[in-house]
Amino acid sequence: MADELKPDELLDKVDHSPASGSWMDTTVQIRPGMYCYAAKPESLETLSAPNARQWNPLEDDWKLPENWQQIIHDGIKERLERFRTFKIFMDVCVRCGACADKCHFFLGTGDPKNMPVLRAELLRSVYRNDFTTAGKILSKIPGGERLGGNRPLTLDVLKEWWYYFFQCTECRRCSVFCPYGIDTAEITIMGRELLNLLGLNIDWIATPVSNCYQTGNHLGIQPHAFKDMLDFFTEDLEEITGVNVAPQFNKKGADILFITPSGDVFADPGTYTCQGYMILFKYLKDKYNLDVTWSTYASEGGNFGFFTSHETMKRLNAKMYAEAKRLGVKWILGGECGHMWRVINQYMDTMNGPADFLEVPVNPITGTRFENAKSTKMVHITEFTADLVRHNKLELDKSRNSNRIITFHDSCNPARGMGLLEEPRYCIKACCDNFFEMPENTIREQTFCCGSGAGLNAGENIELRMAGALPRANAVKYVHEKFDVNTLATICAIDRAALSTLCEYWVPEVEVAGVHELIGNALILPGEKKRTTDLRMEPLPGMEDEDE
Amino acid sequence: MNQKYMLPLTSVFLLFLLAYAGVEGAGMQWFFGIVVPYAAVLAFVAGFIYRVMGWSASAVPFRIPTTCGQQKSLPWIKQNRIDNPDTTLGVFLRMVLEVFAFRSLFRNTKAAFNRNEKNRLTYSWEIFLWVGALAFHYAFLVVILRHLRFFLNPVPFLVKGLEYLDGIVQLGLPGLFVSGVVLLGGALFLLARRIFDEKVSYISLAADYFPLFLIIGIAVTGISMRYFTKVDIFGVKIFTMGLATFHPVIPEGVGGLFYAHLFLVSVLLVYIPVSKLMHMGGVFLSPTRNMANNTRMKRHINPWNYAVEIHTYEQYEDDFREKMIDAGLPVDKKE
Repeated sequence: MADELKPDELLDKVDHSPASGSWMDTTVQIRPGMYCYAAKPESLETLSAPNARQWNPLEDDWKLPENWQQIIHDGIKERLERFRTFKIFMDVCVRCGACADKCHFFLGTGDPKNMPVLRAELLRSVYRNDFTTAGKILSKIPGGERLGGNRPLTLDVLKEWWYYFFQCTECRRCSVFCPYGIDTAEITIMGRELLNLLGLNIDWIATPVSNCYQTGNHLGIQPHAFKDMLDFFTEDLEEITGVNVAPQFNKKGADILFITPSGDVFADPGTYTCQGYMILFKYLKDKYNLDVTWSTYASEGGNFGFFTSHETMKRLNAKMYAEAKRLGVKWILGGECGHMWRVINQYMDTMNGPADFLEVPVNPITGTRFENAKSTKMVHITEFTADLVRHNKLELDKSRNSNRIITFHDSCNPARGMGLLEEPRYCIKACCDNFFEMPENTIREQTFCCGSGAGLNAGENIELRMAGALPRANAVKYVHEKFDVNTLATICAIDRAALSTLCEYWVPEVEVAGVHELIGNALILPGEKKRTTDLRMEPLPGMEDEDE
Repeated sequence: MNQKYMLPLTSVFLLFLLAYAGVEGAGMQWFFGIVVPYAAVLAFVAGFIYRVMGWSASAVPFRIPTTCGQQKSLPWIKQNRIDNPDTTLGVFLRMVLEVFAFRSLFRNTKAAFNRNEKNRLTYSWEIFLWVGALAFHYAFLVVILRHLRFFLNPVPFLVKGLEYLDGIVQLGLPGLFVSGVVLLGGALFLLARRIFDEKVSYISLAADYFPLFLIIGIAVTGISMRYFTKVDIFGVKIFTMGLATFHPVIPEGVGGLFYAHLFLVSVLLVYIPVSKLMHMGGVFLSPTRNMANNTRMKRHINPWNYAVEIHTYEQYEDDFREKMIDAGLPVDKKE
């Protein structure tokens, strides 16, 4: 983008002091660079979502149904009954401000409405006005609305919701610090559900949802093309390793169904992570006769339905169990992905279970029973690989990664919606000696979002993304300068795309890699030739001269 | 002057005057001493129950704790049993720490950005809000428990013990209670944050200042009566015991300041159920804190889970059968 802000210009804009006056007096200015394009009508139509139409957020007329206020009012009412989280979080905030400077979007933009508390107040102000006793009384007194922070739902308010609920990546960092556990992700989820009742989705979410529903994955890759992509990787890997690692598809009676985000199938550097999986499965097949199948139907681990509504999330997620049942596998293995794992860990079994047609996951190679997944029956690949490493079942050549000085980015959802912290670190340390942590306020449960999660990884909102990326980038830069870190490892497909852009913008010396790219690069396949390049076809350390 | 806090300040002052003048000028002891307190307690109890019942009536469809530590996974990986609990005991401990030690607030940091050649964002531990909040809440609790002496006869041993500890600095006569000073100091600190911290000021509503001024008013009137105007403590006890035993009497010699104190307390009681002060009940019900992170181990049931339309494999194969066959992918139906 030619009109993109330079890093220095963006830094100049960072100011964390809000202007004087009341936030309720400022009306929203929808600014290019900060918002995503509106959902195309045909994408909404796939799932019969309401009010599908062409519209433009910059225009005054959003082409809303005539009774839109009633629709929202009823929508709020229904969700207050269905979600205790929503009701409690609307009621108990004391506005202590502990969350204010925890949000990467606030830290990067300085926009006070990106303070988690104000993001929630946008919705809370309407809730108080329409649903609380105090609000109803105050609204009858002149000036009373102001005292309680109430306001009626106007078109300006709705636009403000849209703008700011699509400036939240549902990362939950603020929730860690909230004394009542108020989770802005939950509020944003409700806000987006309400907006979707009026057809106010963004295209970067709606189109992947539509594709995923119809063809099984976000990009709408059809089954034969999906196979083609993996065939390309097979060819590349044969060139690198001399071994044919061709995967199996839709195989009935396989031991394990493997599902990973489709991002790893088509976008660098995720493709190298995908190749890492293929190497691992080939290794396990040859050494231990483990039978893993991929599916072209359930070819998407990610779930942009989660960024749309609970119902959409359920409709897309249903394919995982449906396909596992159809193929008759024992259990499901899931690839490296962030929000996919929030959905699997905290929603899937409840929505689409019980998975009584599957077995409690047992690693047949080590005998480990995954007790923590005994009901959902889906295991995270770093749990699986860490178990293999622990039992010395993998032959890893660390020297192949010795040119990499690595730090690890905890993805928001596995960190704060799961607690998958040690497993990926264990995998990294098993295949690489140079590992350094970023500062403690920026990792594990306090990790900073990439700034592009929850469906915001579009091109048109690049200023927002790079501003939101600042806290993460700042910590990466710190370890880059201090320890010469040159690789940012991660276990999330959106991260692999988003952090690459982030690094290019803020810390160009650092490269992004999935954990299983590192594993695949180090794993010694039975019968492989002497490798001279890594999975990126770059010369391995010490092999620079042997290239060509 | 900022009307966000001037209005609440003025209204608390007016409320004080209303009761003071009502008693001193109009002799309405029976109203401010009997009618209002009974009504306030009733409103508080009914309102509190109503709100908690309201929350309980809402479903908990998903188990979505915010995890703040290592999950339970492989046996050799050390789990953080409290910040990422998978058992009821773990959740209980997490809640105890949250409710009694403000665990999450303890983590609070302050971010700073320095625009220079390093352009570094830094995060320092910010302990003052935690200290201030904890001091304020515990002092308030001690003050409330101490006041049980006015409603119980004989005064229970525990209340006496608490008074003894509260007065342990042995300063002045009547002896200084630390709790009162800390309560006032804590409230003033929270108020100062709201006024002087730019971010907190920006997010604050009049509804946030009002309870602070109210509590400051209660503390100031209470402290004045004990240390300065020396209220007739025997008269007060006769009065409060009358209330407690439902035989209300209006004693001689208890002045307007006492009724103003009582009136502000009554206003606070009424205000709690209609305001954010319900956080005292809500914290127990917060699903991101009071649930175990064990959904993969133990299925959670959503009471309103409903069937949805999905795009089935059969439909998918119908869409792509020929392409799948051509690519050598297995299919369920050959044509």
